[in-house]
Amino acid sequence: MSKTINLVFLFFFLLFLQVFVLNNILFFGYINPYAYVAFVFLYPLKENRIPFLFYSFLLGLFIDFFSDSGGIHAFSLLSIAYIRLFFIKLYFRKVTADYPFFNLKSESFGKVFNYTVTLTIIHHLIYFSFANFSLQNYSTVLLNVLFSSIFTLTLYFLGTYIFMKSE
Amino acid sequence: MQQLIFFFQKFKYFLFFLFLQLIALTLTFNNLTFHKSKFVNSANTITGGLYASSSNLSEYMNLKSENILLSKENARLKNILEKNSAVRPVLDSVLIDSIKYHQEYTFTDAKIINNSYTKQFNFITVNKGKNQGIDKEMAVINSKGIIGITDNSSAGYTRVQSILNRNSKINARLKNSNYFGSLGWDGTHYNTAQLSDIPRQAPLKIGDTIETGGKSTIFPEGILIGTISKINKGNTADNEVDITLFNDMSNLGFVYIIKNLDKKEIKTLEINSNE
Repeated sequence: MSKTINLVFLFFFLLFLQVFVLNNILFFGYINPYAYVAFVFLYPLKENRIPFLFYSFLLGLFIDFFSDSGGIHAFSLLSIAYIRLFFIKLYFRKVTADYPFFNLKSESFGKVFNYTVTLTIIHHLIYFSFANFSLQNYSTVLLNVLFSSIFTLTLYFLGTYIFMKSE
Repeated sequence: MQQLIFFFQKFKYFLFFLFLQLIALTLTFNNLTFHKSKFVNSANTITGGLYASSSNLSEYMNLKSENILLSKENARLKNILEKNSAVRPVLDSVLIDSIKYHQEYTFTDAKIINNSYTKQFNFITVNKGKNQGIDKEMAVINSKGIIGITDNSSAGYTRVQSILNRNSKINARLKNSNYFGSLGWDGTHYNTAQLSDIPRQAPLKIGDTIETGGKSTIFPEGILIGTISKINKGNTADNEVDITLFNDMSNLGFVYIIKNLDKKEIKTLEINSNE
């Protein structure tokens, strides 16, 4: 029960954090962290993936509502939510029986780092390509992906470090 | 039949994923066409209300600069008023003052509660809506110049398509001559817009002022846009010119929404003449 409440709290915390704080940072005028990808990293791994896919879609859609971007956030967040399992199998070598016990905290930092970096870069690449919506200025898109990914990941690792200490 | 059920069983995650992606894609494509996105936009009650309360918290930061802007605008308007009253009516001729019985535009003030300027397709949310008579396709300006066109409105909030939107196209002309072109944005710098399709014979100089042309039913004539900052030498197809905007689009507060009272009449006339 408390796990469900935690997830609901995480959902709204990430939504409002993104919309009211992070969307207004605009470091150097255009670099923004997209820390709501943490939802995909932190959602527990389960056999049945339908609810997870649906909640990821919903979080992206809510952020789209606020930032007037159609369905771009929903599309990119849902994409990494779907391919998450592939990377978990690739980096952590888990089978179905391990799913209930899987936790990023108990994994080695190197593996977690690879996993989060891959998913974040894929998410940002999809997001910025769709936000640009043409092949014009594509170098700007790639620069944006690079800088925003660094920003997002720094924020994510700092955040997890702080919250892990308090527990 | 059993084959089909097995198929759904096997690929249920992938099919669910595809289904949701399709919804997201439809919303994205709808959002790119002007005032098509009825569902996902920040002008609904929940997002609009939340943005309104968050901008209430932060607006104190800008009160000082906002006051200076307002007093400057007051001074400008007072000057215009003074000029008009200084003209003594000629008593022995018939005076036809079209302003007195025929008003073409109404102005509504509004406050920006959400502004974006770093994306390719930027939108602004303002705190007036259908209840105040705001609908789609109305001009949005402030004291310095143009800001955008309203795109979608709910009861209390309206979404504005900023001029910093790659879909934006606004009729604009040179202030000193009547050559006109269309103003768009290429998505690179938030203080530079592009004026294209200006006739080749038009005399262009760096620093020339650009204003709205009045050839659409949305913008009144003569609202300031910006100054020419770069002229492309050589033979490009669309004769594009870079415009530095008078407005700092990253720092906007209060705006006016202009409604054209004759719009319906003009539109019906144009439809009839096209047939």
